[in-house]
Amino acid sequence: MSYLVIDRLTVRLRGGGPLLRAVSLQVAPGEVRGLVGESGAGKSMIGRAVLGILPQAAEVVSGRIMLDGVDLLALPPGERRRRVGATCALIPQDPLTALNPSRRIGPQITDRLVDIMGWDRARAEARARELLAEVQIPDPDRVMRCYPHELSGGMRQRILIASAFAAEPKLIVADEPTTALDVTVQKQILKLIKEMQVRHGTALLFVSHDLGVVSKVCQSLSVLYAGMVLEEASVADFFRAPKHPYAAALLAATPKYTDPTAGLIPVPEAVLVATRAEVAEADRRAEHG
Amino acid sequence: MLDGRGAVRRRAGVRLWLSAIWLGLLVLAALLAPWIAPKDPLAQDLFLGRLPPFWVAGHEPGYLLGTDSLGRDVLSRILYGARIALVVALVAGTVTCVLGAALGLMAGYLRGWVDVLISRFIDIWMAFPPVLFSILLIAVIGPGLGSIILAIVIIDWTRFARVVRAEAMAQGAMDYVASARVAGRGRIGIMLREILPNVLPTIVVLLTLEMGIAVIVEAILSFVNLSISTDDPTWGGMIAEGRASVHQAWWVLMFPLITLFLTVLSFSQLGEGLKDRFDPVLR
Repeated sequence: MSYLVIDRLTVRLRGGGPLLRAVSLQVAPGEVRGLVGESGAGKSMIGRAVLGILPQAAEVVSGRIMLDGVDLLALPPGERRRRVGATCALIPQDPLTALNPSRRIGPQITDRLVDIMGWDRARAEARARELLAEVQIPDPDRVMRCYPHELSGGMRQRILIASAFAAEPKLIVADEPTTALDVTVQKQILKLIKEMQVRHGTALLFVSHDLGVVSKVCQSLSVLYAGMVLEEASVADFFRAPKHPYAAALLAATPKYTDPTAGLIPVPEAVLVATRAEVAEADRRAEHG
Repeated sequence: MLDGRGAVRRRAGVRLWLSAIWLGLLVLAALLAPWIAPKDPLAQDLFLGRLPPFWVAGHEPGYLLGTDSLGRDVLSRILYGARIALVVALVAGTVTCVLGAALGLMAGYLRGWVDVLISRFIDIWMAFPPVLFSILLIAVIGPGLGSIILAIVIIDWTRFARVVRAEAMAQGAMDYVASARVAGRGRIGIMLREILPNVLPTIVVLLTLEMGIAVIVEAILSFVNLSISTDDPTWGGMIAEGRASVHQAWWVLMFPLITLFLTVLSFSQLGEGLKDRFDPVLR
């Protein structure tokens, strides 16, 4: 039984073209599902649609998002917000803008516990301290009194991870959580996310453009192009033998650090043309029922 | 100097202190006018008309800054004038700020039809010539303190709405707002607790500027005789009366003018100083 079921979800730009084309995917409890694709493929849009934070310009046209058996899109907004707030969380991409600059760290972690879960403040603060210690932040008491600009990017990303796990969510959307960090910090943060995920048994929707990262963190993945899922596979199967030509080209384009003389390999033009034709064909089919 | 978290705290600048001191003195003058004013501001004595200030030959003891053509004490009238100036600055400034900032916040964060409605309304509103508009307004509803405040609010709320809208829009696109939404916070909660604190430094600067502007508008309306009843001393009224006799008695014009100038300058400098101090990112 899947915890999250996305069924033929179509999202379009208001008065514009489609951003997601009948995307379907499922995430089992405790599963880590990677969403990969080049920029603009709609990876982040899927996570945002689930969490109900699509940008103003985007709207859901059709499809269902079932969270624990309940269709989120059919719920009234307030009810949906409470349900998502109590069971889902976001690890955002850019730790520099993901914390409110004019509020201290402590309340930013405890807000959800107090507002949605109805905890009293003392208990929420104790929990926040515990979580900060769990993500290896030294001196949690001091950090909780800090403003975000007083902390480094890596520290802030740790805080965001702690904050995401605070209410023991069933599903976390990690939207390129390491893209804004430098490589050495990246590795620590990935390790931390993976450890926390295993320890808490949380399902993770892991958005990334980096197949190397996905191979380390995820169990299964969906490859997206132009808002369409081209291939769905377990990580083991995918890295052994990708089925879709575009997915194979994407995998071949991953830089190999073992051979410094090899240049970057782009996705071949012929593959792109064929893939675009496939997308156009799917659009035609959708239009004519 | 270090604060409790071991961070370096910036020293408040000289201009913040100077403007705060000047405004503090004005507040004291306004509150204590009946006790500290040397003379009755309305008492006329034609035999004592156009007395010069104390350092000019021909002055009378007790009239520090001289008298106007009706023999009224200039210093006392400036002290009493501070009352109206400050009431207008505080009330008109605050009401304008709350109204404009609330509309701007809504337009900038909620977007959609709310934004379209408010933005188009602002565009239309700003097409009216403001001075003409306020004069017309007061001519219709009649002069008085309330009318002046209403005129200022009606003219100037667009300034706040515009700026706050743009800022709220920029803040609304930040990931921390997305995180707060995922954490189940509603629209009003996000506007008040997430976005407002980040727009506050800008609002403070605008508010203090607006207080300066309110003082000026009040003076302009007094100048064209549309302010409070002509008996009550206002700086604008004094400037208007002093203009007639500027060749014989420059002090009647100059002292209220200098007071007005320093007050408006202090308000704007206070805003800049406060912004430096309270902006968490600049701090």
